[in-house]
Amino acid sequence: MNRYGRRTLALELAMIAAALFVGFPVYVLVNLAVRPTSDTSSPIGPTTSPTLDNFTQAWQQGALGGALANSLLVTVCSVVVVLAVSSLAAYPLARITARWSRGTYLTILLGLALPFQLASLPLYQTMRDLGLLGTPWALVLFYSGLQVPFTVFLYVGFLRALPGDFEDAALIDGCTPLQSFRYVVLPMLKPITVTALVLNTVAVWNDFFTPLLYLSGSAQQTLPVAIAGFVGQYVTDWNLIFAALVISILPVLLVYFLLQRSIINGFAGGLKG
Amino acid sequence: MALAPHERLVDKDRPPVVAPDPRPRSARTTPPWWFALPAMLLFAFVVLVPSVRGVYYAFTDWDGLDPDFSFVGLDNFADMLGDPDAKQAIWHTLLIAVAITVIQNAVGLLLALGVNSAIRSRNVLRVFLFAPAVITPIVTAYLWRNLLGPDGAVNSLLGAVGLGGARQDWLGDPELALWSVVGVTVWQYAGYSMVIFLAGLQSVPKEIHEAASMDGAGPVRRFWSVTRPLLAPALTINLMLSIIGGIKLFDQVYALTGGGPGHATDTISTLIYKDAFTLGEFGYSIALAVVLTIIVAVVSAGQYAALSRNERAAS
Repeated sequence: MNRYGRRTLALELAMIAAALFVGFPVYVLVNLAVRPTSDTSSPIGPTTSPTLDNFTQAWQQGALGGALANSLLVTVCSVVVVLAVSSLAAYPLARITARWSRGTYLTILLGLALPFQLASLPLYQTMRDLGLLGTPWALVLFYSGLQVPFTVFLYVGFLRALPGDFEDAALIDGCTPLQSFRYVVLPMLKPITVTALVLNTVAVWNDFFTPLLYLSGSAQQTLPVAIAGFVGQYVTDWNLIFAALVISILPVLLVYFLLQRSIINGFAGGLKG
Repeated sequence: MALAPHERLVDKDRPPVVAPDPRPRSARTTPPWWFALPAMLLFAFVVLVPSVRGVYYAFTDWDGLDPDFSFVGLDNFADMLGDPDAKQAIWHTLLIAVAITVIQNAVGLLLALGVNSAIRSRNVLRVFLFAPAVITPIVTAYLWRNLLGPDGAVNSLLGAVGLGGARQDWLGDPELALWSVVGVTVWQYAGYSMVIFLAGLQSVPKEIHEAASMDGAGPVRRFWSVTRPLLAPALTINLMLSIIGGIKLFDQVYALTGGGPGHATDTISTLIYKDAFTLGEFGYSIALAVVLTIIVAVVSAGQYAALSRNERAAS
């Protein structure tokens, strides 16, 4: 089975072909992003005189710096809140076998099936009444609640597979429950926290529908909404649009390639649980 | 000879003598209930209460702004039956969800089998094939909008390899546009399915494969009899994720076609957005969201039942 025969070679070539096929759009993306607008040759031929002008122009006209900062603020705050409240909630929900605890857990799981359009339209009105529309805080509040079901689900599944002996020992030794959570349970949750961190970050960073609703018309846009606005404004200038797309993809891809091992394992492991 | 008390305690034939804890186990070890409170409050404020209010609005004629609105009973749902756009959107939603589920999982499984084999580039390929799944969907959709244009890279590529006759207006042709949306979504998420299948494949013990191989089972037979049953949990998760994701699909449609040409690619999600925020028909729009919820619930319940039967049969 470990011999590298002709069949393996054929499979290798087929898989590389598949990867090139998947990578083709990204090649075109970069190729057109560095192309001067005056050059109208075929999009698949390599650009003959590459330039970085499109990037500076897109960065300034799209106000991408501000959008990047907003996305970062919203993502960091939401993910920190959701991980904190979800891990804390998972502790009693996984350990207490009373009926209220099971009922609460099932209610939270129900949230997994609800399409967010149902909740986010009425919530739009509440956010408006609270004066939060158009501010990043509306989004932080929204994601902090929206991501609870999935994150609690991950934590409870993981906690149930862990023996409670260490916490019991800590409680008998005189720890308060909060201390035992902080110093005993939380460190044991580290593997699933990494998974939850990755999955939540990707979900919040990439979301488009909610910021489109809650931030529309404000200057405080997140990156996906800023990109959509930019495309709407420069409909025909695709070289400029592609430069903006590259700028918005770059941080995600950079982080991805740096952390690819734990990201891929997180996706697979977290969802397998 | 009498045993000293401490020797009695380690007597192998008897359990060690420990004073029983008078408290019940739950009272001894359980964390307090209020740990769950912050998460519950956030969940109730953001998801639960608005969802219940949403169901109420579905029976009203609210326009999203006017504080005066009235209860109209089932009118919104009756209107939906007479609204060809809504019926078409529901149909598109189901079609897209099923097509994405089938194609994405088939492709994902093939890729997973490929990168789980003995090929040398398998680690690099895993990283590259998964990459589209982390990129912002709205961004990949705009990228593809250009690639699939009449003068876009896809048509150029077809021309360059001598298939100029296969050039199409991928997004402008009402017959094709829906399939282009499916294709782009599969391009983005096939690697996602691949990774989950890969995790399942790696739980298949190598020894069983080798034993089957020694017994003369070919690759197809080994896949069907050894690998497939052990892949059942991965398949369950993949099918759930892709069908629910497909039903709720919004970003790709919004950025690729905006629901057009005409209404050829409108889904329930895009129609909800248009009705609420461009037409001000908030009550009607939220009734559509209720229909979307019912579809998600029915599909996932049915799928859950079928798949857990399948998993039991496979194990």
